[in-house]
Amino acid sequence: MSSYIDKVERFQDPGLPEHVHRNADHDPKAEKRAEQQVATLFILSALGTVGTIASYIWVHPQVYIYLPILGSTNVQQLCIGLGLTVATLTIGLGAIQWAKKLMPDVEQVQERHEFRSSDKERAALVKTTQEHVEETGIARRPLIKRTLGLALGVVGLSPLVLLRDLGPMPGKYFDTTSWSSGTRLMLDPANTPIRPEDLEVGAVAQVLPELPAGQERTLENIGKDAVLLIRLRPEDFNLDAERLSWTYQGIIAFSKICTHMGCAVALYEQQTHHLLCPCHQSTFDVTRAAKVIFGPAARPLPQLAITVDANGYLIAKQPFTVPIGPSFWERNSTNG
Amino acid sequence: MADKTTAPKTRVGKLANAAANYADERLGSAGYLKKNLNKIFPDHWSFMLGEVALYSFVILLLSGTFLTFWFDPSQRDVVYHGAYTPLSGVSMSAAYASTLHLSFDVRGGLLMRQIHHWAALIFMVAIVVHLFRVFFTGAFRKPRETNWLIGIGLLTFGIIEGFLGYSLPDDLLSGTGIRIAEAILQAIPVVGSYLAFFAFGGPFPGTSFIPRVYMVHILLLPALFLALITVHLMMVWYQKHTQFPGPGRKESNVVGYPLMPVYMAKAGGFFFVVFGVTAFLGAVASINPIWLYGPYTPGQISAGSQPDWYMGWLDGLVRMAPPLETHWLGHTISWNILLPSLVLPGIIFVGMTFYPFIEAWITGDRREHHLLDRPRNVPNRTALGAMSIAFMVIALANGGNDIIATHFHLTINGIMWFTRIGLFTVPPIVFIITKRICLSLQRADRDLVLHGRETGRLVMMPSGEMIEVHEPISDAKKWTLTQHQQPDALPAPLPEEELVGWKGKLRKRLNEAHNVQVPAATVTDLKELGDHH
Repeated sequence: MSSYIDKVERFQDPGLPEHVHRNADHDPKAEKRAEQQVATLFILSALGTVGTIASYIWVHPQVYIYLPILGSTNVQQLCIGLGLTVATLTIGLGAIQWAKKLMPDVEQVQERHEFRSSDKERAALVKTTQEHVEETGIARRPLIKRTLGLALGVVGLSPLVLLRDLGPMPGKYFDTTSWSSGTRLMLDPANTPIRPEDLEVGAVAQVLPELPAGQERTLENIGKDAVLLIRLRPEDFNLDAERLSWTYQGIIAFSKICTHMGCAVALYEQQTHHLLCPCHQSTFDVTRAAKVIFGPAARPLPQLAITVDANGYLIAKQPFTVPIGPSFWERNSTNG
Repeated sequence: MADKTTAPKTRVGKLANAAANYADERLGSAGYLKKNLNKIFPDHWSFMLGEVALYSFVILLLSGTFLTFWFDPSQRDVVYHGAYTPLSGVSMSAAYASTLHLSFDVRGGLLMRQIHHWAALIFMVAIVVHLFRVFFTGAFRKPRETNWLIGIGLLTFGIIEGFLGYSLPDDLLSGTGIRIAEAILQAIPVVGSYLAFFAFGGPFPGTSFIPRVYMVHILLLPALFLALITVHLMMVWYQKHTQFPGPGRKESNVVGYPLMPVYMAKAGGFFFVVFGVTAFLGAVASINPIWLYGPYTPGQISAGSQPDWYMGWLDGLVRMAPPLETHWLGHTISWNILLPSLVLPGIIFVGMTFYPFIEAWITGDRREHHLLDRPRNVPNRTALGAMSIAFMVIALANGGNDIIATHFHLTINGIMWFTRIGLFTVPPIVFIITKRICLSLQRADRDLVLHGRETGRLVMMPSGEMIEVHEPISDAKKWTLTQHQQPDALPAPLPEEELVGWKGKLRKRLNEAHNVQVPAATVTDLKELGDHH
């Protein structure tokens, strides 16, 4: 192929530049100086190790000092760390200084070898391989070939099946919570029942369902049952009649578990009546039944219908009508 | 048998001789070692990036081993009574309590935790910047595609390993991260809720997850790392390192310093430097102060929840995802989770994995390459890399949108729309600008060779005209600036008549885009100009 670039004269490789000697190569004083620098760094390293060990033994482990920028700092951890820093950094700097100043610095050239084998060798390999395959007779014995294929095809199933007991089947777990009709709302973490008058307008409280006597609350429960109570002025609500009937004297209850990825929707903005999830900033409007007004969440926070019992304590009117928390394949989301 | 005339006289010399003799008589190692101790490594600052990754991995192994002696990977309930009084009497998991114990009661424990976490961040930065170096200089080209694949594997496992690592202390922040991971599993169509139950041994959070993660974090993935790193290094060793173009550097040779002693001293020393820097960070820079977050409970959260930076881009994508779900025949598909956390990262990683093969397909280049490209000389690839980085930076910025909003008094809404639009508009703009910059730099190279270097010396001509004196550059520099492959001399990927159909046309189009270049200066050009100077 003849192209433009073949017709012009290109610059030539001038070859490796001439080696330039360093000071230490011809000046004994510079050489001595470099040697001393390296030795000093190594001595510093040893001192760093002594400092590390001394701090470990003699600095009191529970002493804190306030340092600018760093804040409150544990003196012993700091001393051990700085000792270790000096001990390691100076070994490194010493070795590099040694290599740069005193070891030979003449660039050397090595030829690369070709990776490709010769055609003869490649042909020989192909031939040997073919011979070995031939010896197995796999081409002539389709029965063996096919049954081997079958065996290898299914053998991987065993480890998969053996992993089955990693966990139980989910069943209806994601659809249910501990809330049912009549469950008392218990303040978290006090675990005491709550009356409407305990909550002022604008206040927020986290509540959990009262569990049957003897049953201990687990993190799994909290992860599904956590509910936020918020008290608004009743006229602030912008709800349909059904949802309004789920509130009690301006108190509205929502699942605290974000419908996006399950974080706790913990930030309540009193002025705007917005609930915000700190993980991905999904924002829910409390006055409109926790409708999503911003962020990646696709569904409102499920509302818990509440009322009071004969003793004036807040109770759930009914379980959640929809599964709480993030989506899952089996979730029937047609009714919210 | 030691030769009498060359037998060493000193004690150390005799010992070394005896050891070498012992090994050689059993392994025949003398020949191999002699050859390899003189192996040449080319020198360039950017070749240290992979080294940083390797050394921080060693630091991770050392500091991580230390941590295992005290860390208790268990989610059983304990009541804390330790040196950190604010949490005294609080019920928490044994994992969290033992992390507190490590931080406050074990001498040097906090330091080791912080060294471990800093080393992990440095490990990931080093991997990513090393990947940039390899990408922008074309070091992934034949014969090094396999090492590119191993590198992508290491990057992927690194992200997972890091996430699992900071999940272990079971504090409020890390527990929230695990909650999100569970939601991603749960969102996978058809098998999601099963996967979540199997991973957690039942309902979230359960008591199985941290022990399982611990095994993966300290055994499974480190073993995988060791295996992959070993192969990665063996390939570098066997194929010999690439080198930058320059006088005396050819495709057929490698120019640099021998392993012994120079490279050994430099690389060994550099390990200690990396260790020293990590130790310094661990000593003075507080990282992941888990005692401030408190133990994990699903009902609480800390504001400003942030993953580590290498997960931040994923979180940023999740944060900007539109609130889309499909409700269909009683089933729910969460596009708001699947798209940003599985589909998009999947596309990015698959694209990255196959890039060497895609580029080879575009160029039709099947030759071996040991000389690196100067990034400006391959504008299309460089622009593609810059474009990908822009995409990641925008995603990462949105991962910190809450922090950015509070620090710069911006609205979350503004940042989200900026990043949503920016994610699709900025990368193409970056591509175009980068490609133009590359071509301009090529033009500047050409000018430099043909017209010389500006000396800054102004001379007034007899006519009163002022000119700046230019000085010719060295032959070595001329060679460096003009040695690269000229597209004019490149063969087309296939004969014109075979480039048919949509695939052929696409290939032809991509090939043309790839080969856009400013012709390098030649001696002919210089001669033609000669008269005018």
